Order: sequence, then C-alpha cells, then structure tokens
Amino acid sequence: MMIAIVIVTPKPVVNDPQGVTVKQGLASLGFSEVSDVRMGKYIELKLEGSSEHEARERVEAMCRQLLANHVIEDFRFDIVRDGRR
Amino acid sequence: MKFGVVVFPGTWSDRDCGWVVDQVVGAELTYLWHKDTDLKGCDCVILPGGFAYGDYLRTGAIARFAPVMEKIGEFADRGGLVWGICNGFQVLCEAGLLPGALIRNASLEFRCEWTNLVVERTDLPFTSRCAEREVLRVPIAHGEGSYFADPATLSRLEQRGQVVFRYCDPKGHVVPGANPNGSLHNIAGIVNARGNVLGMMPHPERCSEAELGGTDGLKLFRSVAENALKVLVS
Repeated sequence: MMIAIVIVTPKPVVNDPQGVTVKQGLASLGFSEVSDVRMGKYIELKLEGSSEHEARERVEAMCRQLLANHVIEDFRFDIVRDGRR
Repeated sequence: MKFGVVVFPGTWSDRDCGWVVDQVVGAELTYLWHKDTDLKGCDCVILPGGFAYGDYLRTGAIARFAPVMEKIGEFADRGGLVWGICNGFQVLCEAGLLPGALIRNASLEFRCEWTNLVVERTDLPFTSRCAEREVLRVPIAHGEGSYFADPATLSRLEQRGQVVFRYCDPKGHVVPGANPNGSLHNIAGIVNARGNVLGMMPHPERCSEAELGGTDGLKLFRSVAENALKVLVS
C-alpha cells in the first residue's frame, strides 16, 4: 500500500485573502516574523499497486485532471509506503 | 423556444430560473437532470446557481464531470446558447467552456447584495434588449465570485471585447468601490469568443419581477427568448 500526499497551493500571482487574514492573526499574537502566509489544501490518497513509478504518473494525472485547477493553483506530491511515514 | 435548466445535486436557483422562463417570459421550460445525456431539444441551456455536488474540492470541480456536461459542451460547440449564472459560471470555467476561474471573495465574506452592472456588449443573444452601456441593477449572492485570469488571458478577453458585464457605480462608472468581490477589472460576466456561452456571477432571475425589487434581469431572459431560434437557424 502506498500513500500519495498531495499539496495544492494558490499560484503566486493569485490573491490569497485567507493567507493575508491568517498572517494578520499571527501578527496580532506577536508572531511578527511571519512575512507571508499562503493557504492551500492537503490531500491524502491511499493507492493500490506496488509500482511507485506508475503511481507517480497516475497521481500526476489526477492532479492535472481534478485535484488542482491549473489556472489558479500549483501542486506537488510525495509517495510514501504505508507505515513508513 | 425552449429553455433547459440544469439541476445538479446541490443546485438551488433552478426553480427561480424556471419560474422566470415559464411564468414571466412564457417560454417552454424543461429541467435537465445532471445524469441526462440528452438536452431534450432545448434552444438555450441555463446552468443556475447553487452548490453543485456541494462544491467540494473547488466550486464546479465535480459538476464538470456530470454526464449532462458532455452534451452541453457539444451543444456549445455547435453554437447553442449556454448561460451560466453564479455557480453555473464557476462550472463553465472549470469545464473550460470559459477562460479563467472564480476564487474566494477578497473580503472572505459571502456577499448577498444589490450590484450595478454596466453592459459592454449589446450585440449578443443574451443582451440584445439592453441599451449601449446601460446600467443594470442585479443582486449577487456568492462567496467565491472573484474573477481571475492570467495577464495574457485577461488582455485577450479585453481586446476581443469578451467582457459583457462589469461592476460599476449607479452612474455606470467602473470604480474599485463598486467591486464587491475583488474581481480583476471589475469583471462580473464574460462571453466566449464565439459569443454563445455567457457566464455571470449576478442573478438576473432574482430581479425579473417588480415584486422582487427590480426587473432588469428580465431584459436578459427576453433577449435570449427572442434570439435563441435565430442563433440556431443561422
């Protein structure tokens, strides 16, 4: 069993009002060293199969077709073997 | 003239649109279920507002894979009129029938209020009953209506005159203060290059009877009712 950990983030050119609000919240708590906050999504996929190479290709396709919208979002992912996280 | 109103699980403006088509305009109406694979001879397909499939993942992200969407894509390719309102606009962008995307309002608030829209195209089947640069008063109700497109796409939209509606002040001036959601260039609605697929965030179906506070939305419904047959014949 493999697990794909997909991270989807707004592209740098896209405004992220959630990130701005969280940054303000952190600043008001005294965490003034935070210069920027970007909010994205964390998606975990359990995958059948044993070939990591094949899993990478499949997850890449999933991201392109559904999990991320290329107009506004970037994505990256890792594949880990279950139990080894 | 027959309108088809698409219903996804989670759509909630379908009956409002259907009411205007059927009871106010007096055109033929049919509802299209998301699993339908036949558009039942409609001359114009409306994708209404709501939260299709709960808008899980992103607004419209799951809805674009509904069986009915494949037929709507083919219908649009043939020149058929497709009109996305609010969530319908979001679905059309996700489906690639319109460029760009709708993201979270800059204020992070769900905005439910009246807006003013300046009409920048009156040569379209959707707007032929509007006057040049007429200001329409139409309500919005959305949390994710901030229009975004990359700079190249945005300048292409502007050059080709694909911006149909822009948020403006009551006198028709497009000013930042009139922008309720942070949309780039105050964009409230766009059309595809061919002019047969329109997406808009404001709700014309909610201002098509005087009892609801305004009738500006009715101009769009009447425009479509008048033109849909001509479009398909030509």
